[in-house]
Amino acid sequence: MPEVTPALKINGLTVAYDSIPVLWNVDLSINPGVMMGVVGPNGAGKSTLLKAVLGVVPTLAGRTEVLGKRFTKNRQQIGYVPQRTSVDWDFPTTVLDLVTMGTYGSLGWVWRPGAKQRKQAMAALERFELAEFAKRQIGELSGGQQQRAFLARALVQNAPIYFLDEPFAGVDATTEKAIVKLLQSLRDEGKTIVVVHHDLTTICDYFDEITLINKKIISTGPVSCAFTANLLEKTYGGPIKNCGIDCGFRDAPVELKGLPAESNDA
Amino acid sequence: MLDLLSDHTFRTVFLGTAGIGAVSGAVGCFAYLRRQSLIGDVVAHSSLLGIMVFFLISYLVTGEGNKSLFVLIPGALVAGTAALLLTRWIIAETRLKPDSGLGVMLAIFFGSGILLLRWVQRATPNIPGKRGLENYLFGMAAAMTESDLWMIGGLGLFSILLMLLVWKEFKVFTFDPVFTQSLGLNTNWLDTLLLMMMVIGIVIGIQSVGVVLMIALLVTPASSARQWTGSLGAMVMLAAGFGAFCGGMGSLISFRWSNMPTGPVIVLVATSVFLFSLIFAPGRGLVYRYARRKQMAREARLEHQLDIDVGENQTGGMG
Repeated sequence: MPEVTPALKINGLTVAYDSIPVLWNVDLSINPGVMMGVVGPNGAGKSTLLKAVLGVVPTLAGRTEVLGKRFTKNRQQIGYVPQRTSVDWDFPTTVLDLVTMGTYGSLGWVWRPGAKQRKQAMAALERFELAEFAKRQIGELSGGQQQRAFLARALVQNAPIYFLDEPFAGVDATTEKAIVKLLQSLRDEGKTIVVVHHDLTTICDYFDEITLINKKIISTGPVSCAFTANLLEKTYGGPIKNCGIDCGFRDAPVELKGLPAESNDA
Repeated sequence: MLDLLSDHTFRTVFLGTAGIGAVSGAVGCFAYLRRQSLIGDVVAHSSLLGIMVFFLISYLVTGEGNKSLFVLIPGALVAGTAALLLTRWIIAETRLKPDSGLGVMLAIFFGSGILLLRWVQRATPNIPGKRGLENYLFGMAAAMTESDLWMIGGLGLFSILLMLLVWKEFKVFTFDPVFTQSLGLNTNWLDTLLLMMMVIGIVIGIQSVGVVLMIALLVTPASSARQWTGSLGAMVMLAAGFGAFCGGMGSLISFRWSNMPTGPVIVLVATSVFLFSLIFAPGRGLVYRYARRKQMAREARLEHQLDIDVGENQTGGMG
């Protein structure tokens, strides 16, 4: 089998805030076209992992390759969706303007967005069913609409890799489902999608692969192997009770597919 | 009024203060949106120390204290920047919270500035040129000379051009710094440029508005403009207009009643504009919001009444 260039390859990444280590010697490789969930307890360094790769927080050690190149030389390759609450939504601008910001990276310094960039932004708005809000103030959007606007902004970056920091925090169930569908359609187009995620019950439905993290990588790989009770216990430092996870405890879901039929026979 | 406008000195001062108001109003929008008014106030107050030190240097070099803005504004720039850098350092190295760090730095620089000012005023032998230095506290627009106007105009033009040039970067960085960094833009540079623009917007006003109240001319026009518009471009232009109006009106009123410090007058005009905006602006203004709530309450009551009527009709029909 030919070797695939990983979308993202992290080697020995270590990050500390002040003198407290947040990420310790993290090795992680993500193949292209995968939807990956990053899961771990509060303070496990999930968001920090994304930010460290993007160069937003300084790293103590380690290197990152994006599609086989050093990230600093390949910056336009990652589209980033920050946590929705990280900005002030009372900022005086329209939804269209906000989404157009996604084109700023490719425009370079000084050049202003023109008709072409606005067209790209409109297309992204349509895809996220926000076209009717284009001229509205961003402050008028609901939480779910804000999240979709952020996604649309990342979409116009037209990057092969997307990082999303808790995109489902504080959005209603309908919006969450809609966002997941859109992310999966992006994945089907061949994009690599990395999502910091909190809800253990939805992991099997949403993701192809998962990384359990708590300062160090606990496990990484397809959900079926990397998301087991033992590994979860190791990640969260204790047994996880009553959270309604079922698929994570199976060892080989491929074989399990036959089970319902068998049980019907019985 | 007309006699004033034909007066050459007044025209200089009027043009100068209006220009200062326009520039600080425009750059103030970014300070307002980045919630950096306290940082601006530290720069303004700290600049007093720089003014005094550069005045004394000019006295030591030439034997007479020089109050030209070509001497004093560089002093203000140095002191303002030093205060910012020291604050940044003290916050990074100690566990002091940012607002406490800023407060401490303001007290140190402004306190030393005041001490030096008092000392210069009372020093024996007499320091020539010291008269009028106290005006840098509350501003005296009438002290503006034509050469001062050049200094103000040059710096003001520079910061406005800078803003227009990197407009889109300033905009996205002000809204979402982390995303900006993920775009690959150098955010350290953007932060420095934005701070520089703000510092310039402050130091050009130290003579006419004074170090104590300059922050008001930076932030009040921006706050007023925000009430009227939801577009950053319109907000900046409107704030520039408000600032120019406040500066011009302030110097006019101050000229009419000579010896009145310009700073407080400008600030009062700016506050009036702000209060007017706060009350009457459509969308965000108090009147609009009050009327909107009243209207909603009326609609809700009407609908409720309608429901009751329909219900009664239905039960009536059934009975």
